[in-house]
Amino acid sequence: MKEINITELERKFQEKIDNDIKIEPNDWMPEEYRQTLIRQISQHAHSEIVGQLPEGNWVTRAPNLRRKAVLLAKIQDEAGHGLYLYSAVETLGADREQTMDDLHSGKAKYSSIFNYPALTWADMGMIGWLVDGAAIMNQVPLCRCSYGPYARAMVRVCKEESFHQRQGYEIVTQLAQGTPEQKAMAQESLDRWWWPALMMFGPSDKDSKHTAQSMKWKIKRHTNDELRQQFVDVTVPQAELIGLKVPDADLKFNEATGHYDFGDINWDEFWQVVAGHGPCNKERVAARKRAKEEGMWVREAANAYAEKRAKRKAS
Amino acid sequence: MSKKEWPLWEVFIRSKQGLSHKHAGSLRAPDAEMAINNARDVYTRRSEGVSIWVVPSNEIVASDPSDSEELFEPSQTKVYRHPTFYDVPDGISHM
Ligand SMILES: [Fe+2]
Ligand SMILES: [Fe+2]
Repeated sequence: MKEINITELERKFQEKIDNDIKIEPNDWMPEEYRQTLIRQISQHAHSEIVGQLPEGNWVTRAPNLRRKAVLLAKIQDEAGHGLYLYSAVETLGADREQTMDDLHSGKAKYSSIFNYPALTWADMGMIGWLVDGAAIMNQVPLCRCSYGPYARAMVRVCKEESFHQRQGYEIVTQLAQGTPEQKAMAQESLDRWWWPALMMFGPSDKDSKHTAQSMKWKIKRHTNDELRQQFVDVTVPQAELIGLKVPDADLKFNEATGHYDFGDINWDEFWQVVAGHGPCNKERVAARKRAKEEGMWVREAANAYAEKRAKRKAS
Repeated sequence: MSKKEWPLWEVFIRSKQGLSHKHAGSLRAPDAEMAINNARDVYTRRSEGVSIWVVPSNEIVASDPSDSEELFEPSQTKVYRHPTFYDVPDGISHM
């Protein structure tokens, strides 16, 4: 390799970013850029995988075969999303096994939303509509992220994500237009999920320590608060259309700004859940650990079988 | 208990007859057969493919990004390799 000093490499790197030239795995990149991506993409991967758990809970209790098939397809998609993302993390030189072990040890985080329980069938609708809806809002700008493998994974993910939101909205709509009991179930579910959904966009801009650098590197294209506002603006009319009430006394359309004003988020709750004290944190991580431990024999058996076949082929 | 990781595979997919295989991503699997099965589940859930290739990632030989100037810059000065380099008189067609 030619002798080039680090400042020159960094300058060239930023120049590529500024010119919207993607960074690919073997290209030179600042160590901090690599570490930021490893952290962000692995957290994203963990969220996809842990996100299967609240939904998996309802597969056997889906109200009919159509709903069950849809729910299974959605959960399978989320597994796929996790796999695309773990592969993207690996392109940065991270060890896949270690990446997962970091989730199990609590070192790595995942989206705080999945630490809330799915208590009723309406929650399956609410998760699709609000949680996948918020995820889409986060993920669409990531399709233009400066790191090639992450951006490409996001293109696939976004294509698959839109059915997730629609099936959820369909469930909620049907309940909202059903019997009084069904409508009450939908409303109660919205009451529980609304605020955690808004928290999915992360801490407010003034408390977000990574935002400025991530925007300079074009890993992020919008701030947390911008995306949150966008989510509120598109989602409130969707709730109104089906006769549900967003649980926020301060929610009001602001004619001057063209946006909805909304109430204060309970950041104490957010930080509590992030720190591991949400209703389901322990359960979620335990389920992932158990999946690894109890599935280990399958991995071992597959390895043994592959080795045996390779030997037989060679002899 | 051995902790051996399954090897990494690169997945290439032909989206329909008549098109070439294109890189879709990568995955881990114990052997080629499982790699194809997994690729089917991970990369073709919505009929994105009619044929799958899997290649062990460590078998791929790639050009070095630091060589890219030597490798690719010479062709940038050879604009005469493109048809648009040439003037065709007005009134000429089929060329
Ligand atoms: Fe997803
Ligand atoms: Fe989803």
